[in-house]
Amino acid sequence: MRALDQHKGLVMPLDRPNVDTDIIMPKQYLKSIKRTGFGINLFDELRYKDEGWPGKPIEERELNADFVLNQDRYRGVSVLLARQNFGCGSSREHAPWAIEDFGFRVIIAPSFADIFYNNCFKNGLLPLVLSEAQVDQLFREVEANPGYELDVSLKDQTVTLPGGETFEFEIDAFRKDCLIKGLDDIGLTLESEPEIRSYEQRRRQQKPWLFGVISPEQVGPEQTSRDMTDKEQA
Amino acid sequence: MQNKNLVIAGIPMTAQTLYDKLWQDHVVKERSDGSALIYIDRHLIHEVTSPQAFEGLRLAGRAPWRIDSNIATPDHNVSTDPVERQGGYAAVKDETSRIQLQTLDDNCEEFGIAEFLLNDIRQGIVHVIGPETGAVLPGMTVVCGDSHTSTHGALGCIAQGIGTSEVEHVLATQCLVSVKQKNMLVRVDGELKTGVTAKDVVLAVIGKIGTAGGTGYAIEFGGSAIASLSIEGRMTVCNMAIEAGARIGMVAVDQKTIDYVAGRPFSPKGKDWEAAVAHWNTLHSDQGAIFDEIVELDAADIEPQVSWGTSPEMVAAVNAQVPSPESFDNKVKQEGVARALEYMGLEAGTPIQNIKLDRVFIGSCTNSRIEDIRAAAQVVKGHKKADSVKQAMIVPGSGQVKYQAEQEGLHQIFVEAGFEWRDPGCSMCLAMNADKLGPGEHCASTSNRNFESRQGFGGRTHLVSPAMAAAAGIAGHFVDVRNWEFQS
Repeated sequence: MRALDQHKGLVMPLDRPNVDTDIIMPKQYLKSIKRTGFGINLFDELRYKDEGWPGKPIEERELNADFVLNQDRYRGVSVLLARQNFGCGSSREHAPWAIEDFGFRVIIAPSFADIFYNNCFKNGLLPLVLSEAQVDQLFREVEANPGYELDVSLKDQTVTLPGGETFEFEIDAFRKDCLIKGLDDIGLTLESEPEIRSYEQRRRQQKPWLFGVISPEQVGPEQTSRDMTDKEQA
Repeated sequence: MQNKNLVIAGIPMTAQTLYDKLWQDHVVKERSDGSALIYIDRHLIHEVTSPQAFEGLRLAGRAPWRIDSNIATPDHNVSTDPVERQGGYAAVKDETSRIQLQTLDDNCEEFGIAEFLLNDIRQGIVHVIGPETGAVLPGMTVVCGDSHTSTHGALGCIAQGIGTSEVEHVLATQCLVSVKQKNMLVRVDGELKTGVTAKDVVLAVIGKIGTAGGTGYAIEFGGSAIASLSIEGRMTVCNMAIEAGARIGMVAVDQKTIDYVAGRPFSPKGKDWEAAVAHWNTLHSDQGAIFDEIVELDAADIEPQVSWGTSPEMVAAVNAQVPSPESFDNKVKQEGVARALEYMGLEAGTPIQNIKLDRVFIGSCTNSRIEDIRAAAQVVKGHKKADSVKQAMIVPGSGQVKYQAEQEGLHQIFVEAGFEWRDPGCSMCLAMNADKLGPGEHCASTSNRNFESRQGFGGRTHLVSPAMAAAAGIAGHFVDVRNWEFQS
């Protein structure tokens, strides 16, 4: 995973609450079995006026010039400024994949939905919570000042505004550490392999019904409704 | 442990919530930074959020930690057209979809994971087949790369949706890195009025606490009205915990839970059964357990609900009107409501019952179980679909639900009324397959999300119960199902 310690970048405001992961990454793109290439369809239904589908050539798409992402002054953005409950709804990790693939590294909002928040950290993205009042102030400043940039330090847990003002933010120690070092979660967990094994052994003894019940053999061949009828008649 | 026998004001200091108990039972290791490794008992896998996780295992040369914890089935992107379905994957016209479906089978085969294949009668929506087969049992931790995994909490589980990176993590380590949630109790006491269902209860809850009201909490649904619901009804309630922002929804185990689990293919048998039941009987919040937040609703106040906007919190009683933006208290909310009304093509003050429908969808992991199909059939019986409604689909949640409904002759009721009787899958709930709304079309849907374009580009979703959706399909507009003229 890409590490993130400090990041300075151009800010794009997305001024609506409850932005769900369906709006971030519509379902038709979830048919892909890859984890890259989603950036071009980030916010697809806000960004384009026509209905999109996987592989539709970009030159055939009709841009929605009113949408922030299509405005010249936000070209090259890497900090997304959002409203409350950002990322609600579906657990699709395609949403943070698309945001990261487009070029964002930091998302600032007064609150995030749990699953989305968690997914961001697995993908080198920093979702960062500021107060409603601070977010309001950032919205006002970014809209008034083209070229508005924020300087985010994960190490110091600060956001520094162009005028020098600094906002502090909270983040839990584990996630912070993983993101700063770009750590592989799985490798880290596997360092606890002995503890997992001994827990599992204890569980197997205490609750044997949780083990060994499901396997391809136990599931057996495909059963149809005709098999059901035969079984019931027998 | 010192406090074990300490009792203050008649309340033992060790009183735990259901969530506390389940959490404690699954902690492998607590870390100094406040996170914990939580052991996962059951992992449900489907075609959309798993391919990148299997690819990750392959690239790192890792094997699944415990094969027998996993069960897979295709559901999100399968065709529900019975004719197309018979052709198997070869009949799937869209190549990207065909590859995705085939990839699930290939991965399960390669890693030795059990799968219910496309046309197996045990195939269905993961959240329907988990409990139905006994793969999900009380007291388990259950995860799936799908936010509606909260459904399984109805059996007294910690069940939560995870992202694809976590799918890979669970496959590789049998654990989830987790931070303990806060406890919320949503208590619904009293008697539900006739015609008011589990779906109306949970929509009313979301309407009250909002779409982020449960963020950071595990919600336990309790009270006499929740206890009076069937297990299927409790699943409907827990399913939508995530629409209130809570990853986890749960209901305490009672005799109904144990009766539901008994005799299912993967349920424990013999001596194991006795031991399991003894454990399951402890799965409830202790008297005096402390919740960080308590929300109370009176069941008698709940009326059939209809969503009018683009967030599940935007709901109203069927006899109410579409609200105006000005009736909300803050600017951000007012703008959100104004945008929602514009998207939905609705004017403030319009009676909910004047909203005309283009399509009806009865299905999804929220409402596609046998009692949902029965409730819809009861309403539809002896009536005809309104001519103005282009399509009314019934999509059973699993092959077994479909089979059961056909044994009861319910499919004939639907077909005679002009409703379509489909094969199981997620279908128009997320519209990945061919089942979708056209731009501007209004749909009475028993699914869980009314987000913009969720059910199709430009589509307009109204979330309702199965009986309400069925009645809307007959009348062509919303009606109060409590006044319905049932034909026998």
